Amino acid sequence: MARRYDTRTTIFSPEGRLYQVEYAMEAISHAGTSLGILATDGILLAAERRNTNKLLDEVFFSEKIYKLNDDMVCSVAGITSDANVLTNELRLIAQRYLLQYGESIPCEQLVSWLCDVKQAYTQYGGKRPFGVSILYMGWDKHYGYQLYQSDPSGNYGGWKATCIGNNSAAAVSSLKQEYKENETTLAEAQALAIKVLSKTLDMTKLTPEKVEMATLTRKNDKTVIRILTSTEVEKLIANFEKSEAEAEAAKKQAPKS
Amino acid sequence: MSNIQLQCLLGIQGKDFVMIAADQTNSHSIMVMKDDEDKIYKISDKLAMGIIGDSGDTNQFAEYIAKNIQLYKMRNSYELGPSAAANFTRRNLAEYLRSSTPYFVNILMGGYDKENGPELYFMDYLASSIKVPFAAHGFGGFLSLSIMDRQYKKDLTEQEAYDILKLCVQEVHRRLFVSLPNFQVTVVNKDGVRALPVLNSKSLQ
Repeated sequence: MARRYDTRTTIFSPEGRLYQVEYAMEAISHAGTSLGILATDGILLAAERRNTNKLLDEVFFSEKIYKLNDDMVCSVAGITSDANVLTNELRLIAQRYLLQYGESIPCEQLVSWLCDVKQAYTQYGGKRPFGVSILYMGWDKHYGYQLYQSDPSGNYGGWKATCIGNNSAAAVSSLKQEYKENETTLAEAQALAIKVLSKTLDMTKLTPEKVEMATLTRKNDKTVIRILTSTEVEKLIANFEKSEAEAEAAKKQAPKS
Repeated sequence: MSNIQLQCLLGIQGKDFVMIAADQTNSHSIMVMKDDEDKIYKISDKLAMGIIGDSGDTNQFAEYIAKNIQLYKMRNSYELGPSAAANFTRRNLAEYLRSSTPYFVNILMGGYDKENGPELYFMDYLASSIKVPFAAHGFGGFLSLSIMDRQYKKDLTEQEAYDILKLCVQEVHRRLFVSLPNFQVTVVNKDGVRALPVLNSKSLQ
């Protein structure tokens, strides 16, 4: 009975592609955007909130940003229920390491471990892959601040700035132009994040309800993880709109002179 | 009957190193099988582990830990620090303790960490683990501990620590009813794991 489904999800196509993995990535490209930026003095993750229905009871502080352990935070894009399973697994992996070695798991090891799990779903079991891409930000004593991205294939990479979800390609090319390696501070990164998010959110105007942002920094030999309040997000959006207006005004003046 | 108490492990943490000494006798019941056994294992570049206890358990456990630490290094291209390695070792001892095949071993683990400097860990067969400035296992250890209490001070040099170990071994030779003629000495510092001259009746004159 299981054989009827077994042959579908985890086999190659004649052109050597894994369709299920590609379909999973397609699902993610319609989901709410998430982006991450590595700064000189910290990292940030910003995400677009899609569940902004007024009838929703405000139980969660954060929809897409999850704390994994004392030194790592992740943000997801894709099928939320799949994401919940994976973040739970990430937390388990992190705690198992802490139990065994008495210290926080190094960032890349956590990402790598979960990606091995994700890869398994593309090779055996007859189960579909997870429809989630994840952005991880964290600090460890080996490599300092790090930003990683993983996708349904189980592939992962380290990034200076990247984006997943809806309009991620446009966001990534925008980041490529504006991001300055080793020169972007956390404050500049926050402004850049708002700028990029405003582009990926299509025509809808940016409001604090639509945006989640979290920062990770180090202070006194300890990691400090903060989820920005809506007042702080509002201020960032206001600053952005002001600078946009100024740029518009400057453009209008330029051809005259 | 187990002879774990008749074996001896000594350890001292100095200014920028950890020194471990272990007796070299391997006995089965009343017979001495070997008088030049190596009971101190190099676990990784800057980590050494002295281990005494039941024959077989000692080798098995030491190699199991050492190979797992090497595997970690291969997988991640950086090494486990001394505190993480000690944690890992203790975790293993604890899990096997309540199984049908516990490891009957006592351990002194010494390592050098770039950030935190030298660290000495005392672990026993009941899976306790504690970081200490100096430590000892076995009957020989009982005799030596008071000497270390008296002689230890902060920021010892390698020569001073070696001299303290010499005093301890002299006492073991004088007052312990078991004969432990030879003691192997190893030092761990920022340059790695190094063997020092063996302490025996000739070198103690």
